[in-house]
Amino acid sequence: MPDTQPTLSKPATAAPATSSAQPSGEKITIRAHDFNAWYGAYHALQNITLNIPSQRVTSLIGPSGCGKSTFLRWINRMNDLVPNARAQGTLQLDQDDVLERNFDVVELRRRVGMVFQKPNPFPKSIYENIAFGPRLHKRFQRSDLDALVEQSLRAAAIWDEVKDRLHNSALGLSGGQQQRLCIARAIAVGPEVLLMDEPCSALDPRSTASVEALIRELRQTFTIVVVTHNMQQAARVSDLTAFFFEGKLIEAGATDGIFTNPKNKQTEDYVTGRFG
Amino acid sequence: MSALSMRTRRIVKNRAFLALCLLSTSVTILILALLIMSIMLQGSHFLFNSEAINAVFAHGELSQLTKVIRWEFLTNFASRFPQKAGIYAAVIGSIWVCAICALLALPLGIGTAIYLEEFAPKNRLTALIDFNIRNLAGVPSIVYGILGLTAFTRMFGFFGSDKNSALSFGPEDAWWHIQLPFGQGLLAGGLTLMLVVLPIVIISSREALRAVPASLRQASLAIGATPWQTASFITLPAAIPSILTGAILAMSRAMGEAAPLLVLGIPVFIANTPDNLTDNFTVLPFQIFNWAGRPQESFHQLAASAIVVLLVVLICFNGVAVYLRHKLRRPMA
Repeated sequence: MPDTQPTLSKPATAAPATSSAQPSGEKITIRAHDFNAWYGAYHALQNITLNIPSQRVTSLIGPSGCGKSTFLRWINRMNDLVPNARAQGTLQLDQDDVLERNFDVVELRRRVGMVFQKPNPFPKSIYENIAFGPRLHKRFQRSDLDALVEQSLRAAAIWDEVKDRLHNSALGLSGGQQQRLCIARAIAVGPEVLLMDEPCSALDPRSTASVEALIRELRQTFTIVVVTHNMQQAARVSDLTAFFFEGKLIEAGATDGIFTNPKNKQTEDYVTGRFG
Repeated sequence: MSALSMRTRRIVKNRAFLALCLLSTSVTILILALLIMSIMLQGSHFLFNSEAINAVFAHGELSQLTKVIRWEFLTNFASRFPQKAGIYAAVIGSIWVCAICALLALPLGIGTAIYLEEFAPKNRLTALIDFNIRNLAGVPSIVYGILGLTAFTRMFGFFGSDKNSALSFGPEDAWWHIQLPFGQGLLAGGLTLMLVVLPIVIISSREALRAVPASLRQASLAIGATPWQTASFITLPAAIPSILTGAILAMSRAMGEAAPLLVLGIPVFIANTPDNLTDNFTVLPFQIFNWAGRPQESFHQLAASAIVVLLVVLICFNGVAVYLRHKLRRPMA
């Protein structure tokens, strides 16, 4: 809900120059410590220790199958839907242990929104797509709901394109518009974190540019974690970058540092396009 | 072999295959056309009024148009005089039994489908249940008749015999008056038909739910909807057109069943429509079965007339199903 949304407390600053993903003095939203994940017997993530700071864009990069999406999907426990997926270690959201057996995943997913690879609007009107989430959690006056819908669509930079057809089907929008609609839908429930799983991989270059611009905009309000295959994209949108390879976190730090001065040979090979 | 003859052979093969396909299609259509024609010819005697047809089409007397159909065939009870016989009791009985069957089978079947598709863990038990439901869909309907006879008509003998009921609820003249056991009443018939169509409803509803893209469920869960909210606000609405299509086809199956009701022992000659839920009834297919089994030619014609009525009803059902499939089904993703 809007009143629970973090305010624009901090202007976006350049990424800190420290090589750790935990710049000193910054508020940490997501904290992973010795985090391990499995699919059946397959050890998908091994001893991941990573701190994701508040109101920054953190990108997770690495070749296919390196575990970056798995990590993302544990943050809001979407992996609960995968039979025989399990995890061990520490994964905290604002000091709350996400992996705790009795943790309320419905509440968790309200605090941690997610945007998927392929735009997946509901087969409902644009208005209903946005209003669906808030209405699940609270009873609204019509005018409050209208205001919330407008606010969410504005925040996702799509209001001007859809304001005259709020009650038309969301499926009539272009791919890029649909993806921004999905971002608006995630914003509408008032999360603190936005997880994006390759949000631009199904979009054309122009739509990609609009979504990337939106991501840069949104980091003023949200903590954003983006999984991407596109290294230019990581360089363009993120403050911090974490490089995953074969289930391990190889290197994490300020995006500038990772791309211009990687400490690790594998990171260097990957970001310079020698493999992956 | 030269290139030319290879080409000729290819063309000949192609044409031969096409001809074979055309032949099999036309044989099927021909058989159907013959069936409909012979039934129409036989059934027209009691279904249409030849004098009125003559007046309308030969002399253009449009005032006779409403008399073209022999309405008394639809509004008379069965009779041993073919000229007086009609299908009123059977039509009303069919409507009652199908309504009861739909009211029971659809909520149960769709509910089961939602549970199995959206909530049930995928383990050995649910695999076994799935396997059994698929097998039940293939069980001949007469077998369900035996089950219906024991479970509903006689109720395992718990409440005395079906001829002499031990328990009853409600005033005799209220439509909801119920006696136990159900005997050959509407409830026994509706419940037995429910058994017949339940597996079909479950299977078609599950397929409809399965066709809803997983991405929609994920989207809903990811904004903090519970599995129940996801199923009822996202998955089910997206699947409803397909579920309804399956439900209507299942109902047309129920409408056409005679065998399980035959086992229950429902009466053929009935001179009144059902007054309450456990009152006696008969249905169209059973009336047809009975008339077709008589030696006199006139009754065969009556059977054909009733078949025409049944076919018209079933075609209407299927027409609605086709309409739903094409018009209501919106793209989902």
